[in-house]
Amino acid sequence: MRLNLTVNGEPRQADDVWEGESLLFLLRERLGLPGSKNACEQGECGSCTVYLDGTPVCSCLVAAGQAEGRAVRTVEGLAEEGDLDRVQRAFLEAGAVQCGFCTPGLIVAAHDLLARVPDPSDGEIREALAGNLCRCTGYEAILDAVRTAARR
Amino acid sequence: MCTTYSVTWYDTTTWYDSEEIREVDFLRPSSMAEALAAKAERPDAVPIAGGTDVMVELNFDRTRPDALLDLTGIAELAEWSDTGDGGIRLGAGVSYTRIITELGQRLPGLAMASRTVGSPQIRNRGTVGGNLGAASPAGDTHPVLLATGASVELASTRGLRTVPAEEFYVGVKRSVLAPDELITAVLLPGTTAPQQFSKIGTRNAMVIAVCSFAIALHPEQAATGNSTVGTGIGSAGPTPLRATEAERFLTAELANADQWTSPRALDDSVRRRFGDLVAAAASPIDDVRGSAAYRRHALAVLARRTLGWAWWDYCLERTSRCA
Repeated sequence: MRLNLTVNGEPRQADDVWEGESLLFLLRERLGLPGSKNACEQGECGSCTVYLDGTPVCSCLVAAGQAEGRAVRTVEGLAEEGDLDRVQRAFLEAGAVQCGFCTPGLIVAAHDLLARVPDPSDGEIREALAGNLCRCTGYEAILDAVRTAARR
Repeated sequence: MCTTYSVTWYDTTTWYDSEEIREVDFLRPSSMAEALAAKAERPDAVPIAGGTDVMVELNFDRTRPDALLDLTGIAELAEWSDTGDGGIRLGAGVSYTRIITELGQRLPGLAMASRTVGSPQIRNRGTVGGNLGAASPAGDTHPVLLATGASVELASTRGLRTVPAEEFYVGVKRSVLAPDELITAVLLPGTTAPQQFSKIGTRNAMVIAVCSFAIALHPEQAATGNSTVGTGIGSAGPTPLRATEAERFLTAELANADQWTSPRALDDSVRRRFGDLVAAAASPIDDVRGSAAYRRHALAVLARRTLGWAWWDYCLERTSRCA
């Protein structure tokens, strides 16, 4: 079917969308936005985290058809006018990236945390990132990055 | 408008080279009446709300429904309201995140269970309606629904019916939900009395319960002769279970010792006996998450501890004599 939705502020249209497919598949394979990563396809890893109408969700668990008429913001939409978001800059500065596969999901989750809780405790950071797995186990640097971003 | 799209369903395992196709309809009702009409016409349609269970089935090709019924366009499913007698009517599509933030004080047990569901992303999408629809014995909210005496509201074009949670579950991932029915709401009695929920898992997030337990105190029942303690066991039987013997034992124990009017600390022997009776009420199996023996042991511990916490809270509310 044909879908109309807003992605990163732009109206987008996709044709021949298969209803059984996920929002993640739609974003990556039809709309050319491969920032959101596909790993577990069952909501365990958080690598596909995007905002759906302002709420962070696992895009692998949203049916593409459920995004009709809704607003999606992906990791590609966090940098404004070419300037990286403070969370993205902090991840770079803290070296909070090893293989990088989990990074987009962690950045979106951390971005949401700081929008809700400007000065989060370590407990709040851990809780907010509990649904994002890093199999390089670089969590300490990730926590540093979120603390750094919060100070800005 | 309930729009139906007829599309092609590919076998994703041979996505690029197979000619195998399958029609699927994506039903998108915008009102409850449309949704019920659609479900009556297409009882085979799989309802999808937060998608945290249904999409996993689809992503892994475990389910190939002929139709999906998207419930996220129905505003009233995502609302909760007061029932007028102090209780809450919780729309089946209210997310766990909203239960925690909007109803944490009024539905303490349900909010505790909701906090243990998945991760922030999952709690933003998952719903109690979905927990009930899946009817997995491991669903996190079931023990609380049993302990609090909640009811499930089911609707179809034939009418509305309300089923006590205890009668809703009939087997592993099976419930009394008829093929033409949708889960519309959960009715939860109002309370000011303590409730507790606890769950065993390998970490605090993203865990399917090894076993779980909920307790709700019902001091308002003390004068009626009804059970003053509600219980619910999760992930330790083919369905979520009540521990009725444990409820009976504790109800009698609390009444005989006049504990409701002048509460005092419970004897350790009472808490242990309660835990043993809860463990005895379970019928766990060995599976990948844990052994039956471990589940029984853990349930006895959970029951003893949650009773201790709930009773401590009751004592603090009523008196300072409880030490």
